[in-house]
Amino acid sequence: MLSIHVSRCLAAITLCAAVLFASVAGAAEKDFLPAIVYDFGGKFDRSFNQSASEGAEKFKKDTGIAYREFEITNAAQRDLAMAQLAKRGASIIVAVGFTQASAVEKVAKQFPGVKFTIIDAVVELPNVQSINFREQESSFLCGMAAALVSKTGKVGFVGGMDIPLIRKFALGYAQGVHFVNPAAEVFENMTGTTPAAWGDPTKGAELARSQFGRGADVVFHAAGATGIGVMQAAKDAGKFSIGCDSNQNYLHPGSVLTSAMKSVDVAVYRAFSDAKAGTWKPGQLVLGLPENGVGYSLDEYNRKLLTPAIEARLEKAKADIVSGKIVVAEYKAP
Amino acid sequence: MSAPAKLPRWAELSLLPLINLGVALVLAGVIIKILGESPLAAFKLMVTGALGTQEGIGYTLYYATNFIFTGLAVAVAYHAGLFNIGAEGQAYVGGLGTGLVCLYFGTWPFWVVLPLAVLAGAIFGAAWAFIPAWLQARRGSHIVITTIMFNFIAAALMTYLLVNVLIKPGQQSPETREFSANAVMPAAHELFAKIGITVVATPLNLAFGFALMAAAGVWIFIWRTRWGFALRVAGANSAAAVYAGISPPRIIVGAMLISGALAGGLGLNELMGSQHRILMDFPSGAGFVGIAVALMGRNHPVGIVVAAVLFGALYQGGSQLSFDMPKINRDMVVVIQGLVILLCGAMENIFRAPLTALFMRLSRAKEND
Repeated sequence: MLSIHVSRCLAAITLCAAVLFASVAGAAEKDFLPAIVYDFGGKFDRSFNQSASEGAEKFKKDTGIAYREFEITNAAQRDLAMAQLAKRGASIIVAVGFTQASAVEKVAKQFPGVKFTIIDAVVELPNVQSINFREQESSFLCGMAAALVSKTGKVGFVGGMDIPLIRKFALGYAQGVHFVNPAAEVFENMTGTTPAAWGDPTKGAELARSQFGRGADVVFHAAGATGIGVMQAAKDAGKFSIGCDSNQNYLHPGSVLTSAMKSVDVAVYRAFSDAKAGTWKPGQLVLGLPENGVGYSLDEYNRKLLTPAIEARLEKAKADIVSGKIVVAEYKAP
Repeated sequence: MSAPAKLPRWAELSLLPLINLGVALVLAGVIIKILGESPLAAFKLMVTGALGTQEGIGYTLYYATNFIFTGLAVAVAYHAGLFNIGAEGQAYVGGLGTGLVCLYFGTWPFWVVLPLAVLAGAIFGAAWAFIPAWLQARRGSHIVITTIMFNFIAAALMTYLLVNVLIKPGQQSPETREFSANAVMPAAHELFAKIGITVVATPLNLAFGFALMAAAGVWIFIWRTRWGFALRVAGANSAAAVYAGISPPRIIVGAMLISGALAGGLGLNELMGSQHRILMDFPSGAGFVGIAVALMGRNHPVGIVVAAVLFGALYQGGSQLSFDMPKINRDMVVVIQGLVILLCGAMENIFRAPLTALFMRLSRAKEND
């Protein structure tokens, strides 16, 4: 019974304090105030959200304009965070991740004067810009690279959560593999069914090891922080891995074949700077290989692995995708 | 020394909790100071953020609604001597029931949809609790283990359904289409508007009323019915229960069914009241918070409601804190919430002995005068 009273007292105390201190924290209003709302993964996921955060940081560095940010912990916070950012005078709000779509739709209607940019989803409103990436195209090139270096003709894919976005990666990858070697086998595993699947390196490593056990010698991950474990397992087993979203080549030089890049940072940076310059436009923006929105990474860390011969094949395929000679099928949700 | 030392009632009810809360806040303040922010400003932000504005109060009570449902679910099982860790999964699957009614019968009049949705949520939640309950009752499989495992099975099932079956065609996000207007729980600001009071729009909705009704129902059930009595007897001493002609396996199954049905109420608030669609991972940990709420509320419905509001305030205040103080990120907010739980819930007796000794000495000094 005591605890009831504890809680009751707590409520009373907080209420009194609320009355005492009731005042709205006034934020200093500036002319241009950009803001960003991250998804569940958080801004330090070394992958998707982090890439977005790097774009915002770069904008701050280049222009000296501070931005506001928020990391959500539950679904209800999205609406609240965006509405509050809008109320406190945000000029543009970038919502990172497809899960924010319904919140953006709701809040953008309430604040028609505020610009919204959503990444990885489509919201059709006059003040919303929707940026999507053709991940299947970069995955296709990574699949080709995997098939080209594979000696066993077997390659692996480790996804995070089994959601349409990740199936998009998997499908593009498999197409690339089969483009090079129609007889190749692709093992596909998803890490889990809860958001924890984005942050489980141990399980990622286990899945990668099981794929190596079945004969795979290259593994591609699209699993956020779980991928760290996938890449570690590949290094430990002397196999190859392919990174995702950011350039992860530097993690294990000599083992990371390449990384499927997705320029979320560029998208965030552009949204901020366009909004500042007044050139920001609502509507849909789809970034693929032609727009350099996606791609594969090549630097000093994987130069030895990605030989000029392989690079030439990839560049040829890239040109063919851009010109429309190769059409990479996109995963369509049922 | 004759009777065991006891605190005066006023100290028991106000001084001890105040000290506990104070210590928790001082510890949290030290951490905030280390991070380079002002502790006083931070607490002010948390309190005004949670209880100082209409918006804050709305969100606080909205979060509290979820915690009341899951807290009651844990408490009912606890009275039967069962530790139900599966409220999360039961709420998830229960929400599926509510959501399916809203999706497929959502065009029917609201007053037909509502009871159907409540019933479906309860039945689905109860069904999810039934299997671990049956396994415990008949096979002796420990309910803690099975309910934890069933959380994962629920997540797997829901992910499969949302990605492959229920997803709105042609989109990335694994969520269903929006419920039609008849299948939406009236929001608090709409209800207030009907009686001429204007309040800020928040996700707070009629489900809060259902949560309070559920709390009242649990109180009547546990302390005012024969079933409730049998349940408490079996929970306190199953051997004595058998002697009294009560069948513990039946109690186990019955208690877990009620527990699961209560957890299923979360969908009313989260899906019908706020999100208006079924989406992935919508309980977002409320099932686990329910355990803390039940323990802090001493498994009594009144305590659970109060503890749920406290946790709601911590959620909402914490969210405001990380919103306005960039140095305090969401993980830091969890630390602050954890300190309050630790000091006020788990270690509330830590200052009891010294305080009692102090009072004894004071009263003896008075006698000697």
